[in-house]
Amino acid sequence: MISVYYFGAISLILIGLYAVLVKKNVLKMLIGLSIMETGVNLLLVSIGYISGRSAPILSEGIGPNQAVDPIPQALVLTAIVIGVATTAMALSVAIILYGKYGTLNVEEIRRLRG
Amino acid sequence: MLKRLLAITTLIIIGYWLAQGLAGVPFGQDRMLVGKYYLEHVVEQTGAVNAVTAVVVNYRGFDTLGEVTVLFIASTGVGALLWSRKKRRTARTEGSIVLTTGTRLLAPFVMLFGVYIFIHGHLTPGGGFPGGATIATAFLLLYMAFVTYEIPHRAFEKIEGAVGMTYVIVGLIGLAIGGYFLYDWIWQTWGWGHDNIGRLFSGGFIPIIYTIIGIKVGTELSGIIDNMIKEEVSK
Repeated sequence: MISVYYFGAISLILIGLYAVLVKKNVLKMLIGLSIMETGVNLLLVSIGYISGRSAPILSEGIGPNQAVDPIPQALVLTAIVIGVATTAMALSVAIILYGKYGTLNVEEIRRLRG
Repeated sequence: MLKRLLAITTLIIIGYWLAQGLAGVPFGQDRMLVGKYYLEHVVEQTGAVNAVTAVVVNYRGFDTLGEVTVLFIASTGVGALLWSRKKRRTARTEGSIVLTTGTRLLAPFVMLFGVYIFIHGHLTPGGGFPGGATIATAFLLLYMAFVTYEIPHRAFEKIEGAVGMTYVIVGLIGLAIGGYFLYDWIWQTWGWGHDNIGRLFSGGFIPIIYTIIGIKVGTELSGIIDNMIKEEVSK
């Protein structure tokens, strides 16, 4: 049996992938990509979790042996920022697509080109 | 319909495969190798109590410089993709009275909270990236409430460039003093803040670099908002 956190992370990844595969609107596909990214981040953080321990901020009562792994959290911090950057780029490409074709439907955009 | 069925089958296969892989990684067990070293030495080596930000800024500071560069490239890319000669705000209706009054009251405090987040990056959860995003939220509020509002572009571009250069200069001072790029000269050589670990004036150069990152992220995200919200007017 897998943990509920892993289950949630895998579900988020699959929901995002479903949106990317099935939806025809470019904006909905981008939302799917963002959901996938959230799932991956949740997976990374929950792999670094150690049961019964606290956040890796060494204040009173929390020594090095009462804190969870800080490295996955640092990696996820990086991944979130890169995710924001790529989402902004993709959204501006979508704005240009809409200005050029007047629609965000991928099938119609494909037909217009051919 | 066939496409949807095919997609669902693919998803079930991928999900089963992921779950099989994760079954060998038990949840909540102690698997730390490098993390243990960081947690045990973080206070004496960096002076920060927040191990995550110490890893991000101090141990992997070069990585974070690359991350800031990626954000800069994305912001420049958005600007280049959406560039046009005649761009103007095209909103027709003024924001409602709740929105405008609320923005007038709240925008300075939202910015203040962003500054609080990035200055206390070495003590509390947060740091430069969330703090910068909070500051950009204040500008987004201003854009939504007032139809003619625009950020001061020239000042923002200059601040962004100057702040990005300061990051590199801080790293080069470390290279001159300690022998490698982004060496923490304030903590290791000058020894400032050894008496008040856990208070604001500690943590070596982490507060300085996080201030730099916070301002840079705030200005860049505001620039992205500005680029996306303005439209070309053809006359």
